[in-house]
Amino acid sequence: MNEKKGNLNLKEFFIRHNAVLILLLLIVVSSFLSDVFFTSRNIFNILRQNTPIFLVSMGMLFVILTGGIDLSVGSIVAVGGMMISVAVVHWNWSLPLMLAAAILFTLLVGFILGSVNGFLVSYIGVAPFVGTLGMMTIAKGIAYLITNGQPIRWPSDTFGTQFLQAFGSQTFLGIPWPVILGAVVFVVCLLVTKYTVFGRLVVATGSNQSAVTLAGINSRQYKFSVYAISGVCSALAGIVISCRSGTGTPSTGSGFELDAIAACVIGGASLNGGKGKVFSTLIGVLILALITNIMNLLSVPAYPQEIVKGVIILASVILQLVGTGKRQSIV
Amino acid sequence: MTQTKDAVCMTDISKAFGGVQALKKASFCARAGEVHALMGENGAGKSTLMKILAGAYAKDQGDIRIFGEPVQISSPRDSRELGISIIYQEFALAPHLSVAENIFIDHLGDGSGIMRWDKLYRQTADLLGSLGFGNIDPKAEVGTLSVAYQQVVEICKALSRNARILVFDEPTAVLASSEVRQLFDLIRMLRQQGTCIIYISHRLEEIFTICDRITVMKDGSNVGTVNTGDIDQHRLVQMMIGRELSEFFPPRNAEIGDVVLEVKNIRNGEKVKGVSFQVHSGEILGINGLVGAGRTETMRLIFGADIPQEGEIRYRGMPVKITGPRSAVRAGIGMLQEDRKGCGVLLDLPVRDNITISALHKVAGRGGWINRKEEERQIQELVESLRIKAGSIEDPVSTLSGGNQQKVSLAKWLYRDCGVLILDEPTRGVDVGAKVEIYKIMNELAEKGVAIIMISSEMPEIIGMSDRVLIMREGMVSGELKREELTETNMIHLAMGVK
Repeated sequence: MNEKKGNLNLKEFFIRHNAVLILLLLIVVSSFLSDVFFTSRNIFNILRQNTPIFLVSMGMLFVILTGGIDLSVGSIVAVGGMMISVAVVHWNWSLPLMLAAAILFTLLVGFILGSVNGFLVSYIGVAPFVGTLGMMTIAKGIAYLITNGQPIRWPSDTFGTQFLQAFGSQTFLGIPWPVILGAVVFVVCLLVTKYTVFGRLVVATGSNQSAVTLAGINSRQYKFSVYAISGVCSALAGIVISCRSGTGTPSTGSGFELDAIAACVIGGASLNGGKGKVFSTLIGVLILALITNIMNLLSVPAYPQEIVKGVIILASVILQLVGTGKRQSIV
Repeated sequence: MTQTKDAVCMTDISKAFGGVQALKKASFCARAGEVHALMGENGAGKSTLMKILAGAYAKDQGDIRIFGEPVQISSPRDSRELGISIIYQEFALAPHLSVAENIFIDHLGDGSGIMRWDKLYRQTADLLGSLGFGNIDPKAEVGTLSVAYQQVVEICKALSRNARILVFDEPTAVLASSEVRQLFDLIRMLRQQGTCIIYISHRLEEIFTICDRITVMKDGSNVGTVNTGDIDQHRLVQMMIGRELSEFFPPRNAEIGDVVLEVKNIRNGEKVKGVSFQVHSGEILGINGLVGAGRTETMRLIFGADIPQEGEIRYRGMPVKITGPRSAVRAGIGMLQEDRKGCGVLLDLPVRDNITISALHKVAGRGGWINRKEEERQIQELVESLRIKAGSIEDPVSTLSGGNQQKVSLAKWLYRDCGVLILDEPTRGVDVGAKVEIYKIMNELAEKGVAIIMISSEMPEIIGMSDRVLIMREGMVSGELKREELTETNMIHLAMGVK
């Protein structure tokens, strides 16, 4: 605002970019705490491990931008992992063309499950929390039902499984393939939110749905599509996880919904909709990833890790509230 | 004189909202055991005065006495403890709770924190019985009752707090005629028990049926208080109007052309009961009537925000099927919403997003990619021509003043190039300077051949801007006035149904 009030500007800067600053702080701390942190192996490991949660977070961001929430993402990740495994192992869709079909089929399943969410929320009027909670349970059931809860192990002697596992473990110019996929999705999302009519209207719908409807726009359509997108992103994350592990496991993805929501919120997205950035959400994912990484490097046991994670989420959100001056009013 | 008889005495009350002086030394006194009507045009200050009495607003100046005692009312709680209760048009009831819980909502239990249901239901039944409504079940869920019974529950709630002063704000607006009779019986009974009843209404017949005295307000001050027996309808209306046209209305040079929009006999429930009219290109058609006359409701039907049960809409001679705002906008109809913050603008989003939202296809290529440079150029042009004062087009609309927010909302429709533009209270809550600019924009649009329908409650605005005015009353068009017939008296007579 005013240039003479330098310290105020600094405060504003700090509040506006708190996610980035927290990330930088974590990076500095990590590099002091551990010699191995700044090795490319460790960095790429972190990125590769967190690609699935990043993909899910991107879908979640679209949903949150409309003011909704998607609790079913974790279960759809599991369904995605199981579907690709069924296709390449049980149905033996293993030749190049059939492999492409297997991937498309898996994404289609994610699309359908997400669309059911979207239909419930946008056209029936079910509260997003409740509608996707139902889908969370249903999809989890589907994932377990396919093999009665047994994991599907991928054989290493077919073209399809070899190809997918190579994708999961190998690198291109030193960068792991899943990370490249994540980068592509990142760029696409960035462009969609900023430069397309679709992105513009998703944000607008979240900001004030009645105003958008009264501007002559079919806002329901946008509310619907974000859930479909979230479903596809989740199924894609499921494929990536299976490629890495070489199995389809019905229990994967549990708890992803909470990490994805946390990543969006740490990145400054508002659960009331209309506010949220692709770049900041990536920062949110990285913050969560680094916290885990630091504590692993320091061999902090798993349970205290959870507490620290929770504290960081709360701290960053409270910081944002202080920054916007939007603390809860009484009435 | 007889100070002790006055239950309420408000003297020289002033109140300003920002720069707008809502009350200027208004005075109002009402006695115990009388029904006292408070009348005036929309915006005369009746509601503000009553909200000060209720503790919803704080007065800037003036002095309030309750039963002769000077009091300070600084919160709704103070007001309630003085025995003042207001029955608003929108009831403050919890629909899923029982009648008994609603009535005793703020003093449930006996102080120990434990519910005594049997006692609660008995007290409720006694209270309802004493008012002659023993047929209402204290255990019934309030949401399942008829509107009239819900009103009774509101009244009981007030009485359970020992209300000595009861304010009714347009109580009959939601009632059928048989229910109105029942309400009047109840009011008479309360009057007999010595309650002071303040009755706000636009309906002349009711005022003459139930009220003992009438106080008329105009432009934030009281014009006078009369006994109902000493005045007739015409003289009462005389008291309510007659102010100068102080605002400036820029001249217009528009040619009125062919019919653009024709509406035939549209109806929807109790709010809109068969409305027909036409608007021509280059014409500004004013829509006047009292609050609740169905003006906004009618326009919402044309815009597709609500779907009419019956009726026909023709745009440039072609029948159009309106299934929602989307189809109306596609046909060429735009509507500036009255509730600017709730339905007009996207407060947290930039000016840019707000303006182009109505016609993104104008800056988007194949696949929906937006050309941000081109968008910026087009918006900048609009922002300049409408003189919208914003730091940059990336500033959130919430940082702009009310007048500039309204211009952004209007810019959205200019960007769309509508053939018919419906403006619902286009200058509500904007300062005088911005008002004149909005009038100029309207004139320019009319000169370009746009047909404009303007709903307004401000008489000077209607008279100053309209080529023709439709006056609505109780969901129907009660009359049409040409430019040369436009006087406040003519309009109020039609709006209130003075015979």
